[in-house]
Amino acid sequence: MNRYWNEYQKTIADDHYFYERSCIRQTFFPGSETAFLRILREELGKDIFDDFRQHTCTGIGYHADIVPFETTMTVCARLFSLMTEHGYKNYVPSCVTSFGVFTEVLHTWQEHPELLEKTRENLYKATGREFEIPENLVHPSDIIYKFREELAGKMKYRLVNSFTGKPLKVVEHIGCHYAKIFPDKGVGKAEFPYVLAGMIESWGGEVVDYPERRHCCGFGFRQYLIQENRGYSISNTKKKLESMEPYEPDFIVTNCPGCTLFLDRWQYTIAEMEHKTYDKDGYGIPVLTYEEMAGLLLGYNPWELGLQIHQVQADHLLDKIGIEYNINDKYKGVSGTIFRKPEKPTILQV
Amino acid sequence: MKDFGFAIEKPRALDLDKADRNLYVRLLKREPSFARCFQCGMCSATCSARNFTDYNIRRIHTLMRQGQTQELDAMLQKCMLCGKCTLVCPRGVNLRHLIIQMRKLLNNE
Repeated sequence: MNRYWNEYQKTIADDHYFYERSCIRQTFFPGSETAFLRILREELGKDIFDDFRQHTCTGIGYHADIVPFETTMTVCARLFSLMTEHGYKNYVPSCVTSFGVFTEVLHTWQEHPELLEKTRENLYKATGREFEIPENLVHPSDIIYKFREELAGKMKYRLVNSFTGKPLKVVEHIGCHYAKIFPDKGVGKAEFPYVLAGMIESWGGEVVDYPERRHCCGFGFRQYLIQENRGYSISNTKKKLESMEPYEPDFIVTNCPGCTLFLDRWQYTIAEMEHKTYDKDGYGIPVLTYEEMAGLLLGYNPWELGLQIHQVQADHLLDKIGIEYNINDKYKGVSGTIFRKPEKPTILQV
Repeated sequence: MKDFGFAIEKPRALDLDKADRNLYVRLLKREPSFARCFQCGMCSATCSARNFTDYNIRRIHTLMRQGQTQELDAMLQKCMLCGKCTLVCPRGVNLRHLIIQMRKLLNNE
């Protein structure tokens, strides 16, 4: 490996992870986290602990200026105390915003040890709990990236168009809180983020390098939380979609729950507001999480991965990759009940 | 169209690939010395109109090159055609003639 590229790598623990789930991923893309745990346990044979007592990291409230940083530090400390209680040292937050928050908290404690002591005191007084600082803090995508070649060997499909034999054109979006807040904490740092691009290249796809590749997805917390401000959010997303449109990407893969949500849902809103869709057939560009992408290639059932919950439907993408699926199971629940089909949008095709 | 309670703003970014440079190309034919301008700003620094108004020759040049010609006519009316800019230009651009030609082109002459 090029010695300069070595400087752009990060330490990713090999095994024994403590998993922390994301608030919004569990709601919007619940199949992703389940798929991640399944990939780690069944495909890679790793030990990962998922504690039912976990809670928010306060990320959304913190970035919306509702939760003060002292509270955030104490809440994060409680999560670390759960990790300590179970004897783990490698912390894996599912959400990119959580990853950013934890990195910020750890960096603050490193620079200001008195705040660490204050947080220990606050946590002990509030809950009687104690904690150790994690030895390794990584995002789940870092782990998938680390074992991407091993996973490639187990995959049933590749990111190749089964009709033409050409690599699929994939847009990757790493999320601002992954490496823009603390540039050295991401694979490839902020300059050459490679965490998703590495997966795409190893699994047979082609990364699309378009002008607004590093632009924000439009989430921006404060811009979205108040309805009147959502124009800022959707304008951001539109800028990105317009920039990638000429390259005709087959799908978008994202690192962050907010990015998945906004790049996906705003396509519906833009279609309703401006009658504009970003693929030539009017279906929109499917947006997948990296776990969904990995799960699909490993041959997992797309409906168990939760692809039917996305706004832009991925049926055409599944056909392109050559994935076998039963369309009658699309809205079938775990108990076998068929749920009511969602209402169709007026512009966006499904 | 549905109303969601917010609007989509147009981006302020300029797509130069889509800019209409037709007027700029025609202007270059009428005053070829314009191609020598390297945007030093001496013309704006010495401009009498610039001292009292927001008239800015360098900005006008930039807008012309980028094809943003909507507001140029009103801007150019502030020029008094004194010619000081032509005297100070280190690249020998005939600015006085350039401005006259810009006005004519913008009025389809």
